[in-house]
Amino acid sequence: MTRELLQGNEACVEAAIAAGVRFFAGYPITPATEIAERLAWRLPQVDGVFIQMEDEIGSIAACIGASVAGAKAMTATSGPGVSLMLENLGFAVISETPLVVVNVMRGGPSTGLPTFPAQMDVMQARWGAHGDYPVVAYAPSSVRETYDLTVQAINAAEMLRTPTFVLSDAMVGHMREAIDLPDPSGLNLMERSRPEPDEEDFAPHRAGGDGSDIPPIARFGDGFRFHVDSNVHDEYGFPATERHDIADQLIRRLNNKVNAYADELIIVEEIQLEDAEVAIFAFGSTARSAREAVEMARAKGLRVGLLKAMTLWPFPQKHVERITQRVNAWVVPEMNLGQMVNEVRVVVRGRSPVYQLNRVDGLLIEPQQILMLIEQQVLSQMQEVT
Amino acid sequence: MPRLHTGDLLDRYYLPDRLPTIWCPGCGLGTATAAFLRGFDQAGIDRDKTVLVNGIGCSGRTAAYLDFDVLKGTHGRAIAFATGIKLFRPELTVVVMAGDGDTLAIGGNHFIHAARRDLDITVILLNNQIYGMTGGQVSPTTPSGAKASTAPTGFSEQPFDACKLAEAAGASYVARATVHHTQLLTRLVRDALRHQGFSLVEVISQCPQQYGRWNRSGTALDMLDWQKEHAVRAEKATNMSPQELADKFIIGEIVNQ
Repeated sequence: MTRELLQGNEACVEAAIAAGVRFFAGYPITPATEIAERLAWRLPQVDGVFIQMEDEIGSIAACIGASVAGAKAMTATSGPGVSLMLENLGFAVISETPLVVVNVMRGGPSTGLPTFPAQMDVMQARWGAHGDYPVVAYAPSSVRETYDLTVQAINAAEMLRTPTFVLSDAMVGHMREAIDLPDPSGLNLMERSRPEPDEEDFAPHRAGGDGSDIPPIARFGDGFRFHVDSNVHDEYGFPATERHDIADQLIRRLNNKVNAYADELIIVEEIQLEDAEVAIFAFGSTARSAREAVEMARAKGLRVGLLKAMTLWPFPQKHVERITQRVNAWVVPEMNLGQMVNEVRVVVRGRSPVYQLNRVDGLLIEPQQILMLIEQQVLSQMQEVT
Repeated sequence: MPRLHTGDLLDRYYLPDRLPTIWCPGCGLGTATAAFLRGFDQAGIDRDKTVLVNGIGCSGRTAAYLDFDVLKGTHGRAIAFATGIKLFRPELTVVVMAGDGDTLAIGGNHFIHAARRDLDITVILLNNQIYGMTGGQVSPTTPSGAKASTAPTGFSEQPFDACKLAEAAGASYVARATVHHTQLLTRLVRDALRHQGFSLVEVISQCPQQYGRWNRSGTALDMLDWQKEHAVRAEKATNMSPQELADKFIIGEIVNQ
């Protein structure tokens, strides 16, 4: 274990190296560029490959190519770059190619607020590409969490054969904190499963329909002569665009994969929720303010707790459900005009009020804002009811 | 089990279960694919250390019938996928087989940058001067004045010369052949595969169903005759005047550095 003063973006790189990422293709963009810059010298040290591509579309495409050729692959960008990558994100899903996309979020839409944090891309990550597909997305709120969740994202991609996101933001990506870097040999790493070298009838997409069965992934150049196809394809990877039964099976299985492993993928932290009347749902930088707000509220004798979601997709429904049965109100602060709040509302189903607190000016939501909302609206409404 | 009638050499490379192809009668893509396979065979490269990367469209099905490691991804990105494969596994031979729209329109950026990097891949550019699968729209290589479904009165723009584009961008091997000149094509494919660095083989092909109907080009055989009449060997072109070359195109090895 070594103690280092690192940016979130730098911690992301160290996690990637430690977790075995050996290919990175990217394109410069604020506030994610430090990830590419550090990997440009860190990857060659471990015999990995770094390339700055001509655009973000090429970046994710090169990552897909490298992953099919056997690499743990990663790219990093911000919202505008993700917009360009989304078509190929869908290709990674349908071809079952492991891949990690780091989005250091900034204000949008369009060029937006390049140097300031936002949380406006959480729905883009979930629904941005065309088609019906699953994603896994982690949202760190600190430098150390950036390290840990980058490892998780790499593991999830390799285990499920699907693209995963790290949704950082300009604040988490650029701030420096002293962290204890774990010994890489102690990390719990997932490796993609491989077919037996002498497998006679290898089918790269052969698996049961409930999604729990992840087919082994072969590597180009190992003699399997397998096809990777962006069309709806059969279990061998050959296009099956006139087979409605195969289309139905494939699309359901790809989505079921993530659902089947939801419990393993979901990471949350529950803070002072045991006796809470009011629960805050927060993630990323906003979770830091929410935590502070909880402490300020507790100092005033107010029973406020926090559900900090480190996994956004799949959404921690079970946690929200369990907490909803105990609390009288939810508060969802986020740096957008209300995205994850709707996921909370779907679970709460009107059983308690869900308040949203939104900021889109590029500045962080402050603990006082959250506390003020709780004191002036949430608690006073609750008193009126009782 | 479907039977193949192409001769022993090609039988080794096709997946009989995947045939017949989707291509229209008279299409040049089958001939071009067969010439590619002959050139590949002559190059003496290990098939199991080779990856074929396809684009989208009619030409994006050339590898679909072949017994290789194959990646067919999204439209325009074949060269970018190939870049990742080649950089991570330099020991593999990586071949891109894609059309004019795929390579020069939506994927034009990847094409020039792979040439600039002199990335050691081979691009077989299957140029039929039209978007065939979507029903005959203009492509970046449709000649000025030619008709298409999106240029019903004739194309008002000028086309790319893919070979000049690749040369200017830094490609170290550039060649062109036609579907009519299959022996030349076979040899150029062989040489391109053996070349170290970015190699382009542009294949002028015919699309009688779309391009041909819009432009009253006649049958597939008429279009093959057109290729024969308008192609000039690179060696011969050096002694010809610009006037003589006005409606011609050069075939053979154009750059080999």
